[in-house]
Amino acid sequence: MGRYVIKRLIQGVITVWFIATATFWAMHQVPGDPLSNEKAVTPEIRANLEARYGLDQPPLTQYFIYLKNLVQGDFGISFTQQNREVNDIIREHFPVSAILGILAIVFAASGGVLWGALTALYRNRLPDIVIMFLVILFISVPSFVVAALTQLVLVKTNDVLGFSLLPVAGWGTFAHMIAPALVLGLGTMAYLTRLMRSSMLEVVNTDYVRTAKAKGLPSSRIFTKHQLRNAVLPVITVLGPAIAAITTGGFVVELIFAIPGLGRYFVEAVQQLDYTVIMGTTVFYGAFLVFMVILVDLVYGYIDPRVRVS
Amino acid sequence: MSKTDNAGIAASDGDFNRAASLKLLTYAGLGILVIGLLMPLLAGLGGGAGSAQAIDRERNSITLSLRQEPPQLDNTKATDQVSNMVLGHVGEGLLRYDKNNQLAPGLAERWEVTETGATFWLRDNARWSDGSAVTAHDFIFAWRKVVEPANASEYAFFLYPIKNGEAISNGELPPSELGARAVDDRTIAIEFEKPIAYFEKLAAYSTYNPVKQSFYEAQNGRYGADADTLLYTGPFMITRWVHGASLVMERNPYYWDPDRIALDRINFAYITSDTNATLNLFKADSIAYTALSTDNLPDALNQRYEMDRFMDGSVFFIGFNYRDGRPTVNLHLRRAMQLVNDPSELINKVIKIPGYLPGESMFPVWLKGVEGFFRQEYPAPIPPRNIAAARQELELAKKELGVTELPPLMLLSGEDPLSSRMAEYYQELFRQTLGLDVRLDKQIFKQRLAKMTSGTYDMVMAGWGPDFDDPLTFGDLMSSWNLNNRGRYSNPELDRWVRVAQSSLDPQVRMDAFGEIQKILYDDVVVLYQYERGQIYVTHPELEGMVRRAVGPDPDFTNARIVPLDEAS
Repeated sequence: MGRYVIKRLIQGVITVWFIATATFWAMHQVPGDPLSNEKAVTPEIRANLEARYGLDQPPLTQYFIYLKNLVQGDFGISFTQQNREVNDIIREHFPVSAILGILAIVFAASGGVLWGALTALYRNRLPDIVIMFLVILFISVPSFVVAALTQLVLVKTNDVLGFSLLPVAGWGTFAHMIAPALVLGLGTMAYLTRLMRSSMLEVVNTDYVRTAKAKGLPSSRIFTKHQLRNAVLPVITVLGPAIAAITTGGFVVELIFAIPGLGRYFVEAVQQLDYTVIMGTTVFYGAFLVFMVILVDLVYGYIDPRVRVS
Repeated sequence: MSKTDNAGIAASDGDFNRAASLKLLTYAGLGILVIGLLMPLLAGLGGGAGSAQAIDRERNSITLSLRQEPPQLDNTKATDQVSNMVLGHVGEGLLRYDKNNQLAPGLAERWEVTETGATFWLRDNARWSDGSAVTAHDFIFAWRKVVEPANASEYAFFLYPIKNGEAISNGELPPSELGARAVDDRTIAIEFEKPIAYFEKLAAYSTYNPVKQSFYEAQNGRYGADADTLLYTGPFMITRWVHGASLVMERNPYYWDPDRIALDRINFAYITSDTNATLNLFKADSIAYTALSTDNLPDALNQRYEMDRFMDGSVFFIGFNYRDGRPTVNLHLRRAMQLVNDPSELINKVIKIPGYLPGESMFPVWLKGVEGFFRQEYPAPIPPRNIAAARQELELAKKELGVTELPPLMLLSGEDPLSSRMAEYYQELFRQTLGLDVRLDKQIFKQRLAKMTSGTYDMVMAGWGPDFDDPLTFGDLMSSWNLNNRGRYSNPELDRWVRVAQSSLDPQVRMDAFGEIQKILYDDVVVLYQYERGQIYVTHPELEGMVRRAVGPDPDFTNARIVPLDEAS
């Protein structure tokens, strides 16, 4: 077990190094100049700016300086917010994305398992047809449409009710998180519902379920211990990448609901060629994704004793 | 037998489903309960400003949204509009713009400008938000910072009129050689590099605001990064700033003119650039002001809101590339395009925002001339729309260029929806009227700038916003030495008039020079004018005294106050 974890962690570090290197070179290939701005600056001021960010060095030297700082956990100073360190940006904004993401995952996973199991139980009957129709809808409609619609619905509801049921946008209280988390988790919930449904249908016809029934076990016990527990495994497998995808992919939702998450910095940095923020957020997200995948593999072994982590 | 078997299974299936569904419902109920219990626990996370009313009469506070997080609140380095807007509320320099957009005394109670220099006398109740006095030394420290090469301020050129400013910025002299000194704690003496007619207008800009040396040095390079790493001289001060989420300003108790401030608090509770989201917030009575875009204007019209129009001061045009070998160097080709260019059609059919004005001149309508408005004193020549004449010009162009068919022309533009539509409009216009093959090159901002600087284009959709309240901010744009003249237009005649406008102190002589420049820009078809940008916006009916301006902090809420509807009438 211990050796397995160490092996996986070493693989993870190599993956992160690869991500960092690939991002670094890809970023420098993107046309455009990170220091350019609407108003042109004199060559002297430009030279000073280049010196501040180390852009006056040849790319290979920049790369090694960058790697050295990376090992020390220093991502440097943002190009667009010249008095903020990238470390501060990640530290202040990642928790916001993480809370939102976790909440979205909780919604998505519990909803997915619930609806998936329900549709499997009522296969080809009305609940199944209605839920599967909604599932297809939520998988295909992009989140910016759902987010904008949700916001509009909130405005109308609050207007009709005469008081604020849920805030339209903003961040700060749990009430602020509900609507964006639901919107953010909706696509994943739909996907998980489908996954859960097919996995559940497979389990229903297995020998051990038939045996359990033949033994005369109580229905609720067969359902939870034999069917749910086995059917939920594929859902857990995709949960790791899904958590990473949701916590990193909330840009549109964060923009529309005015949420100070890291997703906005991630996307805006790319648009503004903010080298240090691009590198910092990419490497951070990359490491996060790698870590989640390792974590899921370990959890998997715990839930399904047949999978030996060695 | 098999029959009964099936029935038996079906019956038990129904039971099973019921039991299983019940179990599922129990789980769902438990889940909701847990979340409900977690709610108060999670409430403190995130740290936003929470929800608030657009207008809070009890707390004498208004709630607004910001388009983006202010990127730079160190006034020696700030260049963007949002930072400048915030700095206009929490900072103040020697001079400021009042609610009628006239220059007014700020921390300086009086001043004197001559041909060789200027003297400013600070008021004795000018204070920092920590209660200490604002001294002349604070200004000198800030100004040396602006031109200090290591500080790499992009707005260092604002201080070039001060003696040695440019030389220091170029690293030729130490910052201590700047031609500005503190005569005593409350008197600043400035020596000019050469006579300048608009120094006061520069001095009103936030780049000229003071910085307290001891405080600045104690922040270890984080000056302006957070609410508590900045000192304030303006009517308000930032009391809470959650990055990316909210920014709260409260009345500065040490401000020298307390009577000017009516509000106790301005709460920027939302930071988003999505105008649909801000309109939704406005509808929900969560914010007191929002600008509208082409996309949500019809929605706002349906709500029957009272709307206002405001010209933001910028001019937009198609610039040409004047580098050797480009077909756009040919005057006849440019004139052919000028003869078919129709800014009114562009606004009515493509932009569709009523706040825009058709572009007719490099000098926008709001600029002041000798006595009235510049454009009234020096009307811009309007090119006639004449397709037949345009085709003749095109033939002349082909003859001069020695070709039977012009090569495809690259039109560089932004990639946002509006820029795309406009680029496509021009592509079609030039194809239909002149048979030109215009190729579109849509790029994100930084790439467009890179291409403009390297000159890989024929035409580019560009714009220019004012830095200070003088026609020169537009007038010198096409001078051969201006770094922002990215198409490298060069005309000794135009350069000569720019020099006249820069060096003369006589308003009549200067405005005549700008009139000549306007004429050259027309005769030589230096650019194709598109529009002067406008903005349509809505404000809460109880919010009064918000000031819009093309130059300086905009929008300005320092004079704003809440006037309850029942009392207003």
